[in-house]
Amino acid sequence: MDRPIRVLVSKPGLDGHDRGAKVIARALRDAGMEVIYTGLRQTPEQIVNAAIQEDVDVIATSILSGAHGTLLPKIAELLKEQGAEDILFIGGGVIPDEDIPELIESGVKAIFTPGTPTSETVEFIVNNVRK
Amino acid sequence: MDLLQGLKKGNKRAAAKLITMIENRTEGYQDVLKEIHKSSGKAYVIGITGPPGAGKSTLTDKLVKEIRKQDKKVAIIAIDPTSPFSGGSILGDRIRMNDLSLDPGVFIRSMGTRGHLGGLSVATKSAIKILDVYGAEYIFVETVGVGQSEIEIVKSADTTVMVMVPGLGDDIQAIKAGIMEIGDVFVINKADRDGANRTRAEIEMMLDFSNSEFKPAVKMAVAVDGKGINDIIDEIERHKEYLIKTDKYHHNRVTSAREEIVEIIKENITDKIFNDHLISSQLAELTQKVVKREIDPYTAGFNILKSIKL
Ligand SMILES: Nc1nc2c(ncn2[C@@H]2O[C@H](COP(=O)(O)OP(=O)(O)O)[C@@H](O)[C@H]2O)c(=O)[nH]1
Ligand SMILES: [Mg+2]
Repeated sequence: MDRPIRVLVSKPGLDGHDRGAKVIARALRDAGMEVIYTGLRQTPEQIVNAAIQEDVDVIATSILSGAHGTLLPKIAELLKEQGAEDILFIGGGVIPDEDIPELIESGVKAIFTPGTPTSETVEFIVNNVRK
Repeated sequence: MDLLQGLKKGNKRAAAKLITMIENRTEGYQDVLKEIHKSSGKAYVIGITGPPGAGKSTLTDKLVKEIRKQDKKVAIIAIDPTSPFSGGSILGDRIRMNDLSLDPGVFIRSMGTRGHLGGLSVATKSAIKILDVYGAEYIFVETVGVGQSEIEIVKSADTTVMVMVPGLGDDIQAIKAGIMEIGDVFVINKADRDGANRTRAEIEMMLDFSNSEFKPAVKMAVAVDGKGINDIIDEIERHKEYLIKTDKYHHNRVTSAREEIVEIIKENITDKIFNDHLISSQLAELTQKVVKREIDPYTAGFNILKSIKL
C-alpha cells in the first residue's frame, strides 16, 4: 500500500479569503493526497513549524494579499534554516507575472496564477515531489 | 541512526520523520520501536473523543494552553476521519490550534484514518511512543469516538475526556453503554447553547447506572471562550490521582503491554501464513472443495493449520 503524498495547505497573509486555498485543498484530496489544512492568516513561522511537525512532502500556499513579495521568500528562508528545502514549496494566487522570477529565485518551486487548472498543480506535485 | 539520537534530544524534525517511518512501515521501523521502548512510558496520555464538530480540537487547544503554563512539554496527535470519496483526506484539526504552532513546547501531528498498514491503533500507539521519547510529558490524542480502532486508541489513554454537546438527546441513548464507560471525564461543550443542563442530567443519569469504582464528573464548557477549562484539568488530575492511588495506573500498563505483544504475534502469524506459497496454493485448493461442498470450512481450516510450521 502506497502512502499518500502529504501536503500542507496554508493561507499566509492577513486578508480573510480562503476560497483559493479550499479549492486547492479539495483538488489535492480528490487526487488521493493527504491534505493538512491550517486555514487563514498564517505567519511564515507557523507554516514552517507545521510543515516540519507534519513531515509533509509539499507546502502549497494560496495568497491574495499582495504580500507575496515578502511572505513567500520568508517561508523559503525558514525552510532553508531548518534544512528542509527538500519540501516542495509552491504558491498560488494573484501574483503579477513580473514578480514570479524573483520568487522562484528565492526558493519557491512553482507559482500557479488564477485560471491554472487544478489538474496542472496536481501534476506538478506528482512529478516533482521527493521520492 | 542519527534520527534516534535526535529524537532522544527532543529534536522535532527527528520525531516527525520517525513517525512517518512508522506510519509507512519503512524498512527498519521495527528496530526503531525496539530501540525506543526502554526510554518510553513516561508520558501521560489523554484521549479527547466525541462526535464530529463537538469542539474537541478547540477544547484541546485550550487545555494545552493551560497546561503549558506549567511549562510541561506537550504533544497532540489529531486523528481526522479520512474522506470516503477518494483515498485522499483533508485533515483540519490544526485550524483550531494555530497559536500552538508558534509554541516551541508543543508538537502537533495530524493523522488520517486510512492507509495504515498495521491498522490505525497500532500506528497511533507507536506515534505515542515516539512522542514520549521525544520528551512530551502530556500527549493528547483526539479522535472521533466511533469505529473499533478508535475505541482501542481511546482505551489505551490514561484518562479519556468524552466531549458532548447540548441537545444530543436521542443520540445519547444511542451511544452504547460501552462507549460511555470509556469516559473518565465528561464535558458538555457549547454550554452557551440551549439544553446544556438537560444533557448534563441525561448523562449523569446514565453514569448512575455504571458500577465502576471511579465516578466521572460531568463538566460544562464553552471551549471557544475558554470557559470551564480549569475545571476539566482538575478532573483529569483527580482521575490521574485515582489511577495512581489504586494502582490502576500500573495495572492498565500491564494490560496494554500484554495487548501489544498479542498484536505483534497475531500480525506476524497472519503474515507468515499468507505469504507462504504452499499454504496459499493449499488454501486455493481447499477453497474450491469447500465451494463444491466436498469438505466443510472447519476441516479445511484445521487441515491448513496442521501444515503450518512457525
Ligand atoms: N457555540 C460554540 N461553538 C463552539 C464551542 N467550541 C467549539 N465551537 C465551534 O464548533 C466548531 C467545531 O469545533 P472543532 O473544535 O473543530 O470540533 P471537533 O470536530 O470536535 O474537533 C467550530 O466552529 C468551533 O468554533 C463552544 O463552546 N460554543
Ligand atoms: Mg477536530
